[in-house]
Amino acid sequence: MNFRRLTAFLAITAAGILVVIVAFLGIYAWPALRLNGSAFLFQNSWNLGNLYADPITLHGQQIMPGAHYGILFLIVGTLLSTAIALVIAVPVGVGSAMFLAEAVPHVLRSWVSFFVELLAAIPSVVYGLWGYAVVIPFLGHHVYPFLAKWFGFVPFFGGPTGSGYGLLTCGFVLFLMIVPLITATLRDALVSQPVFLREGAVALGASRFETLWTVLIPATRRVLIGSSILATGRALGETMAVLMVSGNALNYLPANIYTPISTMASFIVSQLDSALEDPTGMAVRSLAEVALVLCLISVIVNGLARVLLYYEVRQSQRVV
Amino acid sequence: MGMTAAEINASTLPPPGGRLLRRRLADYAGWGLCTLAFLFLGSATVWILAVVFMRGFRALTPQVLTHVTVGYGGGLLNAIEGTLVLAVGGILLAIPPGLASGIYLSEFGQGRLAPVIRFLVDVLVGVPSIVVGYFSYVTMVVGLGWKFSVAAGSIALAIIALPYICRTSEMALRQVPRAVREGAYALGAGDGRVAMGICVPMALPGILTGVLLALAIAVGETAPLIYTAGWSNYLWTGHLTNEPIGYLTYAIWAFITEPFTTAHELAYAAALFVTLFVLLISILARMALDENVGWLRRGRR
Repeated sequence: MNFRRLTAFLAITAAGILVVIVAFLGIYAWPALRLNGSAFLFQNSWNLGNLYADPITLHGQQIMPGAHYGILFLIVGTLLSTAIALVIAVPVGVGSAMFLAEAVPHVLRSWVSFFVELLAAIPSVVYGLWGYAVVIPFLGHHVYPFLAKWFGFVPFFGGPTGSGYGLLTCGFVLFLMIVPLITATLRDALVSQPVFLREGAVALGASRFETLWTVLIPATRRVLIGSSILATGRALGETMAVLMVSGNALNYLPANIYTPISTMASFIVSQLDSALEDPTGMAVRSLAEVALVLCLISVIVNGLARVLLYYEVRQSQRVV
Repeated sequence: MGMTAAEINASTLPPPGGRLLRRRLADYAGWGLCTLAFLFLGSATVWILAVVFMRGFRALTPQVLTHVTVGYGGGLLNAIEGTLVLAVGGILLAIPPGLASGIYLSEFGQGRLAPVIRFLVDVLVGVPSIVVGYFSYVTMVVGLGWKFSVAAGSIALAIIALPYICRTSEMALRQVPRAVREGAYALGAGDGRVAMGICVPMALPGILTGVLLALAIAVGETAPLIYTAGWSNYLWTGHLTNEPIGYLTYAIWAFITEPFTTAHELAYAAALFVTLFVLLISILARMALDENVGWLRRGRR
């Protein structure tokens, strides 16, 4: 085997890991897929059944009596916490990217940016520690009661504020974890826009901010969309930080933004221990189905982002 | 009849105030909001780092470095050892296929196959680490019967590190000028000699930066290890399978939720170690890539 073939073989192996992951999760989860059907995605009922009884047979599968698996609350929790993170991260990310690209002197730019991008380097579990020990007491005691009192008229802002574990806390921590992705990508794109765009805008009498806001930001919108989708993918799959600040809700949907939630990723960690108690193994297989759903969602989201960003790179190469 | 510039301006521009004032106010408001966004992120960074450093250093005693965990107290020697074993093991496993696929994409990937591989590798970067962890649990811990072990944990970390190493190697290799390859081929060198003997050494700083960043990610990961490496209070005895092993990120997660002060101190000390390590690597990598002082950029000029 010559060198070229060897590297090609290893490259195909590396890329094949993704296919293998999806395939193995699918095969392992297959009995659960057959048993749960579409109710899996649309019902709030994660119930391991009576673990002390004898297994019964349902649809040809052995399960514990009363066992039922539905993860609607996980899907809702995952999507809502990601949506909150994104709603904060996009404006803050765009603002800080504009600041870093235009308002910071060139010599300092890379180190000032680095300071913000450090947020992406901090491990997830350290965010969880910070969230658990500092943010939750702070938000739960000082910020949420205040929000509920003065902004209670806004839908989902009123009502009981709980102890600080919950949807908004999750969204806030996720926002900090994903915003450097948007800031860094957009800053690079702003800096590398062709000079004639700037020259044209300035010649028409635009101020520096107007140039940035009306010409350069629209020119980089595909980068903004692509990086936001990448950030979405990251937030959807975030595990440890969410596990430590979400409150790990089971089988109910959030009533307001302070309600505890669970996400698919954090649920896999928090439930595997108890799922292993199920002698039929159906609970572990249903968790594999959760992993499969999460994996497919992130493959779709990341694939979409890559296609968009790839197209953007092609376009910018054509212009230059 | 000549007009001065001031007269022309006065006759053609709208009167001051009104629109001009509004534009200027919008400018100030815009810059104000941008500055606010930046300051918000900057202060969040300071807040997190301050909490980790202050509480971490307060919890740091010599015992943390010299003793193994006993119950919810003692030290973190077992976890430090475990993190090093798992992370270095994972990276060593990921380097051969990662570098090889990077070489393929940069040197030989002109056909229709390369974009597909690049796409799949990029999507693999985005697969949540818990999915990789669960996959490893199903296949290795249960399927192959390895139980919680160094082998399963390292392979899970290798799957996470591999796409990073692949893509950063490809980027680094692309920076090697085409003329160098042409010269080498003209002198009769084969594919292997050109790639491994010429291009890889020239791109080595970039490749190493990618490997270091992957190491930082591996050290900071928790989710893929919880159900592959397990946890152990003892030092590793060298078995690759059937022996669980401790690691620092587990200590952070598991000990902060315990009601004991000693457990909290271990969690903060572990967070300090992990954060310091990740920070150090990020700074090193940034220095390598920096436009003004980076040895990578300077070399290319």
